[in-house]
Amino acid sequence: MIAGTIAKITGPVVVAEGMLGARMYDIVRVGDEGLMGEVIRLEGDAATIQVYEDTSGLEVGESVESTEGPLMVELGPGLLTSIYDGVQRPLPIVAEQSGDYIERGTVASALDREKKWSFTPTVAVGDDAGPGTVVGTIPEGGTIIHKVMVPPRVKPSTFKTVAAAGDYTVDDVVATLEDGTEVKLAQRWPVREGRPYINKLDPTTPFTTGMRILDTFFPIALGGNAIIPGGFGTGKTVTQQSLAKWADVDIIVYIGCGERGNEMTEVLTEFPHLDDPRNDAPLMDRTILVANTSNMPVAAREASIYVGATLAEFYRDMGYNVAMMADSTSRWGEALREVSGRLEEMPGEEGYPAYLATRLAAFYERSGRVRPLGAEGDERVGSVTMVGAVSPAGGDMSEPMTQNSLRVTGAFWALDTSLAHRRHFPAISWTKSYTLFLGQVRGWYEANVADDWAEYRDRAMSTLQKETELQEIVQLVGPDALPESEKVILEVARMLREDFLQQFAFDDVDAYCPPKKAYWLIRTIMAFSDAATAALNDGVSLSQIMELPLRDQIAVLKTTPHEEAVARMQELVETIPVDISGIEVY
Amino acid sequence: MSDATIKSFGSLLSTDYRTLSYITGPLIFVQNVKGVAYNEIVDILMPDDSRRSGQVLEVSGSTAVIQVFEGTSGIDVAKTEVRFLEEVAKIDVSSELLGRVLNGTGKPIDGGAPIIPEVRLDITGAPINPYTREQPADFIETGISAIDGLNTLVRGQKLPIFSGSGLPANELAAQIIRQARVKSGEEFAVVFGAMGITHRESSYFMQQFEETGALERVVFFLNLADDPTVERLLTPKCALTVAEYLAFEKDMQVLVVLSDMTNYCEALREVSTAREEVPGRRGFPGYMYTDLSTIYERAGRIKGRKGSVTQLPILSMPDDDITHPIPDLTGYITEGQIVLSRQLHRRGVYPPIDALPCLSRLMNLGIGEGKTRDDHRAVANQLYAAYAQGRDLRKLVAIVGEEALSETDRAYLHFADDFELRIVGQGQEGRSIEETLDIGWDLMAGLPMGELKRVRDFIEKYHPSHRGQAGPGEDLAESA
Repeated sequence: MIAGTIAKITGPVVVAEGMLGARMYDIVRVGDEGLMGEVIRLEGDAATIQVYEDTSGLEVGESVESTEGPLMVELGPGLLTSIYDGVQRPLPIVAEQSGDYIERGTVASALDREKKWSFTPTVAVGDDAGPGTVVGTIPEGGTIIHKVMVPPRVKPSTFKTVAAAGDYTVDDVVATLEDGTEVKLAQRWPVREGRPYINKLDPTTPFTTGMRILDTFFPIALGGNAIIPGGFGTGKTVTQQSLAKWADVDIIVYIGCGERGNEMTEVLTEFPHLDDPRNDAPLMDRTILVANTSNMPVAAREASIYVGATLAEFYRDMGYNVAMMADSTSRWGEALREVSGRLEEMPGEEGYPAYLATRLAAFYERSGRVRPLGAEGDERVGSVTMVGAVSPAGGDMSEPMTQNSLRVTGAFWALDTSLAHRRHFPAISWTKSYTLFLGQVRGWYEANVADDWAEYRDRAMSTLQKETELQEIVQLVGPDALPESEKVILEVARMLREDFLQQFAFDDVDAYCPPKKAYWLIRTIMAFSDAATAALNDGVSLSQIMELPLRDQIAVLKTTPHEEAVARMQELVETIPVDISGIEVY
Repeated sequence: MSDATIKSFGSLLSTDYRTLSYITGPLIFVQNVKGVAYNEIVDILMPDDSRRSGQVLEVSGSTAVIQVFEGTSGIDVAKTEVRFLEEVAKIDVSSELLGRVLNGTGKPIDGGAPIIPEVRLDITGAPINPYTREQPADFIETGISAIDGLNTLVRGQKLPIFSGSGLPANELAAQIIRQARVKSGEEFAVVFGAMGITHRESSYFMQQFEETGALERVVFFLNLADDPTVERLLTPKCALTVAEYLAFEKDMQVLVVLSDMTNYCEALREVSTAREEVPGRRGFPGYMYTDLSTIYERAGRIKGRKGSVTQLPILSMPDDDITHPIPDLTGYITEGQIVLSRQLHRRGVYPPIDALPCLSRLMNLGIGEGKTRDDHRAVANQLYAAYAQGRDLRKLVAIVGEEALSETDRAYLHFADDFELRIVGQGQEGRSIEETLDIGWDLMAGLPMGELKRVRDFIEKYHPSHRGQAGPGEDLAESA
């Protein structure tokens, strides 16, 4: 056993001597209370350790023991519906053990060791067994079929024994391989290492979010990644929560990384009561929460996003589409910076360590659409889609976290403070945001929504762009100086902003908008635009057009139930031109 | 260990050291120590026999780095002795603390009787398990329209006031303390943590509390501007420890006012610089976010307990810059912010709350039917949208003149003026939430009916033209 003694304590960083044989990123138990820590630097026999708990009261000379393994998470049935802290301790169990406050040195098993799961084998003795081979299935949380898989890095052979259908705990062996390898319901995996897969696939199916601005203007694909940067109060958390609630995926992993306690409570209170839009069960049944609030230990915050990524990859390997939300990655970056500062490393930009970009790239590359190990037999395809919130200091997007994240992610959903101030929600800026996935998902939209989807999307975008330019002129000369043909563009852009882009997350109908409805909304507004432009050419004045009740008819559409709204809009695109061309010219 | 001397006044357990080797700023370095714990509290016996206290910031081998709360002036290397107390910073708490004035570390300075502790608590506190938190949901009526109507405060929230030098944040805080009520009528216990405020400010608060009879429900922690800087680092932690005790052990509704957080952050920077740490933005330490979060996150409610801790920290934005690290990091931790505007203040509007950058993240949990009124959300949204539009038009008017505006735009322009005068600029009076919302409706009546999109469902119920006093003719004229 590798054991040493504490030589130095400064904040969450401890240096232990006599640790010869310890490896980088091994987990150690620090002090008499056995606080959990991780080796982050080795120098001779001295190991520098970041401690995942408050170090107050530790003394020089107390012992440090290595567990001789890296930080691992436990993967198995029962992960769904769980609420973990940054190092996968279930918070309800921690509460049972230490009360309303989180005390130090708590040890709690990630999975329930007593609970029996109903296992049905899908292989027989003598079948081929390799990494990722599905041994059997377990119904987990009502709607998700949990697949028990042979762990990665097992030598391919055949099954020697396979357990009969029945009830088993996570520690029971359900199959053995010829070489004696045992397969249990639960397996372990080091969090800082991505789980292996056969190959990555092109992401071509959109990650449908139900938010019009994202689905129509800036879509990403399943297996893609995006960042949501925004100053405080611009709605990062509300956007992340909306995505978690409405995104069209099988599993949600939600990481509260260094954020507010009351916000995590909101998620914890709301999700179990939210009806899953996909079926009748609560949303929580297919959700895993990782909650590490800002005042919980900083090193555990650093670990929390890796824990989340590993949990997401595990369900990806079963063939599910997983969405992982990290709120906020900036807090993770700050944890890196804080520990780096304690190590007295040479700081890079704004005090962040120079390896920030490398770490970010490695993290975001864990997203993707893949053929998991063992998929040769059953054509499984799974994906992890990552959406990371970024909290740029002072709302200034030129800071290192935003810029380094931009280099490795495929979409930029920029939140805009001035939109938030005027209560335009979601406050996603249509002028600054972009997506690199448009070309990949366009085919899906054309096949599933409408042939001319891209055409209408581009028209709406260019109208908004034109509005931005016209607004600059209006700022100088006033709106009356514009010709009627440009005034109509301002009116149409205003409709797009108010009746299409603005979406009320708390309205029962408007909270989720299917892509088809979004498409028809644009078509209706564009039908108005075309008819109005034509009428102006015939000598009708804009004020005559605006006197028609069309604006109000369009405004109510987004809160009209989807089927009804689409039917109504199919009528409107016919009647609007008739109504407008019916105006008499004086 | 030959340098260490064991003095008779020490207990059998504690050891005294006369091995100071280095003194810099608020820090002292002690050599040849043994069994010293991180964050342990020490007593310092000065050459003139007076006592000071400090805390271990770092232990490295046999050297301990200690920050001295009362400052290092007068400390020497030869004669000063340091005794390690073998415990982390603690404070004596008791419900008797209500009505008392304490210094920044929790010792009474009002000349009253010594405090008989009911319990002695670690001031760092432990994070509340997110799983055992209760979601805040109870509306607090502060009597201030810009807060109640537009940025509602709820019990268990942390809502800072972003002020600037010379702006009346203290008056606003005093007014909130005076007027704050929950619907059930319960009064708040107030824990006031003053950090580095001037004597003038502290006597203002004392006078306010005395005049309104609030003093008996106030615990006043007082660290004045000329008190030791490092003591300030303990003040909010002491104040919150008392607040948590009153809330979660004694079932009280506690309002914590911390003024001024900027002084706290400056103290943090001073200590960090003295330790020669790698500085982050503007010289503030890289761990400032984490440090601030251990203060602000100590607000909230806990399942199964009656009390609550609501925080109202006040901070001065240096040079009115909201992107300065102090307001910036605060805004990322707290659940919204109330921002004061110099422009409104100069125009004589009180309270000078700049509604646009203000926000209350927990507002939706505390408003609506049964809590405030059914039209609250809609009215707030409509007022915000209209005010933002009016403010935009002001910029335009500066260039093209009011005559160039359409009638609707002119209505918006006047709305923005009225909004600042009537909703925001209410003066010292307290308003009920119903009054606030009704004034909001009165202002909206100045806008064309077609523009009131966000309150459409409530027009018949609340719009002045439907209140009965307006004649039918006027009604028609407005909706046309």
